[in-house]
Amino acid sequence: MPVREKAQPVEIERVHKTFRRENGDTVKALAGVSFTAQHNTLTALVGPDGGGKTTLLRMIAGLVAADEGSACVLGMDAAADAQTVQERIGYMPQKFGLYEDLTVQQNLDLYADLHGIGIAARQTIYPRLMQMTALGPFTRRLAGLLSGGMKQKLGLACTLVSSPDLLLLDEPTVGVDPLSRRELWEIVRRQVRESGMTVIASTSYLDEAEFFDHTIALHLGKVLAEGRPQEIAARAAGRVFMASSATKATARALQSRLFRQPEIADAVPEAGLVRVVTHEAELPRNENVIYAPVTPRFEDGFMLLFRAAVGDIQATAIKLEHRPENAPAETAVEVRDLLRTFGDFVAVNHVSFDVRRGEIYGLLGPNGAGKSTTFRMLCGLIPATGGQLRVAGADLRTSRAEARAKLGYVAQKFSLYGDLSVDENLDFFASAYGLRGDRKRTRIAWAKAQFDLGAMATLPSGQLPGGYKQRLAMAAALLHEPEILFLDEATSGADPLARREFWGRITALAEQGVTVIVTTHFMEEAEYCDRVIIMDGGVALAEGSPENIRARAKRSDGHEPTMEDAFIAIVEASRQDLRKAA
Amino acid sequence: MSETLYRIVALFRKELLAILKDAQSRVTVFLPPILQCLIFGYAASFDLNHVPYAVLDRDHSGASRALVAAIDGNGYFERVATLQKASEIPEQITEKRATLVVVIDKDFERQLMAGKTAKVQVIADGRNTNTAGTAQGYISAIVADFSRKWRNDNGHAAPPGVQVIARAWYNPNFETRWNMIPSLIGAITMMMTMILTAMSVAREREAGTFEQLLVTPYRPYEIMVGKALPCMLIGLIQATLVLLVAQLWFRIPFAGSYLILYLSLIEFLAASVGIGLFISSIAKNMQQAMIGSVVVIMPFMLMSGLTTPIMNMPKILQYLTAINPLRYAISMTRQIYLEAAGIAQLLPEMLSLLAIAAVTLPIAAWMFRNRLA
Repeated sequence: MPVREKAQPVEIERVHKTFRRENGDTVKALAGVSFTAQHNTLTALVGPDGGGKTTLLRMIAGLVAADEGSACVLGMDAAADAQTVQERIGYMPQKFGLYEDLTVQQNLDLYADLHGIGIAARQTIYPRLMQMTALGPFTRRLAGLLSGGMKQKLGLACTLVSSPDLLLLDEPTVGVDPLSRRELWEIVRRQVRESGMTVIASTSYLDEAEFFDHTIALHLGKVLAEGRPQEIAARAAGRVFMASSATKATARALQSRLFRQPEIADAVPEAGLVRVVTHEAELPRNENVIYAPVTPRFEDGFMLLFRAAVGDIQATAIKLEHRPENAPAETAVEVRDLLRTFGDFVAVNHVSFDVRRGEIYGLLGPNGAGKSTTFRMLCGLIPATGGQLRVAGADLRTSRAEARAKLGYVAQKFSLYGDLSVDENLDFFASAYGLRGDRKRTRIAWAKAQFDLGAMATLPSGQLPGGYKQRLAMAAALLHEPEILFLDEATSGADPLARREFWGRITALAEQGVTVIVTTHFMEEAEYCDRVIIMDGGVALAEGSPENIRARAKRSDGHEPTMEDAFIAIVEASRQDLRKAA
Repeated sequence: MSETLYRIVALFRKELLAILKDAQSRVTVFLPPILQCLIFGYAASFDLNHVPYAVLDRDHSGASRALVAAIDGNGYFERVATLQKASEIPEQITEKRATLVVVIDKDFERQLMAGKTAKVQVIADGRNTNTAGTAQGYISAIVADFSRKWRNDNGHAAPPGVQVIARAWYNPNFETRWNMIPSLIGAITMMMTMILTAMSVAREREAGTFEQLLVTPYRPYEIMVGKALPCMLIGLIQATLVLLVAQLWFRIPFAGSYLILYLSLIEFLAASVGIGLFISSIAKNMQQAMIGSVVVIMPFMLMSGLTTPIMNMPKILQYLTAINPLRYAISMTRQIYLEAAGIAQLLPEMLSLLAIAAVTLPIAAWMFRNRLA
């Protein structure tokens, strides 16, 4: 092999990789991907589920070999010299192997031992990592008791303990709240700036790609586009508009209408308006819609490319057989003085709020804010320590079984029976909710039609592609025509298109009178809600419509603040107050 | 009520589907009971060639010599000593020179001639329970054969002939392989069903499906019944497999009533499943459930009377066995299988099992919902 002048840290050359599923099907994970990561830069792998991001990272880490093509990492063949490569890189997989029963310090020591870091070297590395991750005060805490954001930071610290030349991060911010996400990326950027590290990270948060040096958009194992984020953004130049309704329709209603139009590539609610990306550089003709051009960003460019590659999207409208019968003004959920303690720890501290029928209500908060605990109490999964809780007119403490028949629940993680087929799962959950005979058959047929599951009916649900799993979970939760639907971080880890499809369905449900209660880490998704509550440290910090919440923040650049700006401002202000009080 | 029943049936179907759809769990559920039964069965059986024995012939008659010749000529036994007096017996057994000593009484031939019962005493080394037990069984068979032949040859039509008096030293209660295999019906099914049940909730907890189940209108006791019944059904199938191996392979005749046997098994399985579900309701994940069930199964096995008689245990442990469902199951299956026991005879065991199930099942149901997260 000719000696190259100056090899870049990662040089991938037309790699192919095919996997064989258990049932004998083959899946092409990578189909001729080439890219180079320049020394001392941040490279982002962006794309939907099944795009090949994880396979590519694992290939660079020497964990899978390419069928064809070559992966040259730090001047070595990643497959042939896997051991040497692995000694010089840091790889943080999606599920990082933290030992939950060990303390923060013991986890760090363990990884230092594994990498053979000497005692003297640790004295200089540890303080730096602790200062960077702000984990210093928690060294004696069990890793299992850390919040999601802190766990990821600890994982990153354990990966950085060996001071690698190349850092590989696989979706490090999935399930992490906006504040912790920001902190996590700041740590990563410091590594590039100060330690001269090269970083390749995959992400499904498109806004995160904005500050990378180089981005690679992957779809179905192929490179859709690559370049600086500004270059990707520039592809949507002249095609991005903020749309508002002349007839005062809500942003959500406008968004669901615009997103279905063929000439529109993307539409998301943002700051009370709808951000629209059109396929062609001309305005779609819409009556009663006012368009104002804006500067494109990475997400706009990516969605444009992505929609061109995907083509038509699934119809996301759901037509209910029956609307829930109650008057729209009635209260669906009533929470008074809700209290939940775990030993000495107060997880939820006297929280009160109401959710009206047909509303989309969002529970937002950083990891460990008490929103999941509140959510679990609402669903009747854990009892409240104190306070009152009425869901669909029933007191959950006294009549949980009756109340449960009126609510549907979609968990964060896919939680239907993986060994059972789509049909068997639907059949079981229909029976669990007391449906039988003709009624059961009609409802199952309805669910399969609405969620387009017919072709997958006999497949074990564990083998469904990601998007279909979520459809099945929602179908199962809607079989019994619940009045209230609970969604626990249902879009966590989902790709941008799947998330838009998901919200299309939620919007359709709410329009037909179903009350929806969601928790989410994506602040821009809060724009789909009628009202949100922001929690931190077990207390409610703010409640109101997205507009209301946004009005609480100001941006120095004069732009209309986004939900994320507002969220961060509210949480940080409250934390500062707490520090002052203490 | 019908709602409840309907939901339980749905869960029952789902549980069976989940177990039987997976080829791997299909094999793990049905193959091990057969294998274990064969292994345990043979572990409890021995190569009976050349069992060392000693003889003390006090009669020195033609009949007694004929009997000793019959034992010698049988091929299973090897005479290592011919004793002159009773005081030589302890040495033979204690020093493990002989596994058993055959003592022929002084008036052996005279008794036979007179048509009375002649006595042969067999003293076995009870420390080696199974060998000695089986060997004793063989001696009994040889003696019975001898007795029949002798009567025929000498024209005595009437029984009784020769009576074998068995004595085991060091372990007076020792039991033979015939006792061992019926006991396996309980032992093997408990092991399998308890692990299966313990895993059933833990698996769902780990996969997140348990919460999905908890938000449906299922009441805790419905989940409990829906989870318990499939495991009990599989336990019954496993018990049937062991029963078949015992009868078709080991050829141990079944003396009792199948109805009573299965009735007892259902009760026993309810108690074991109750304990399994209880473990499952405490365990956070499958690993904990697995460890939890092994921790419980080991002492249950050891303190069940399967290998060591309960009467030989320290008093405190004897009391502890009161909460061990296997103890009752073994005692019941032995009584039903070998002694054709009726319900009345089994009542104490039945009530005890009922009590165990009545405590563990409701606790498990309560724990499903109220276990602190």
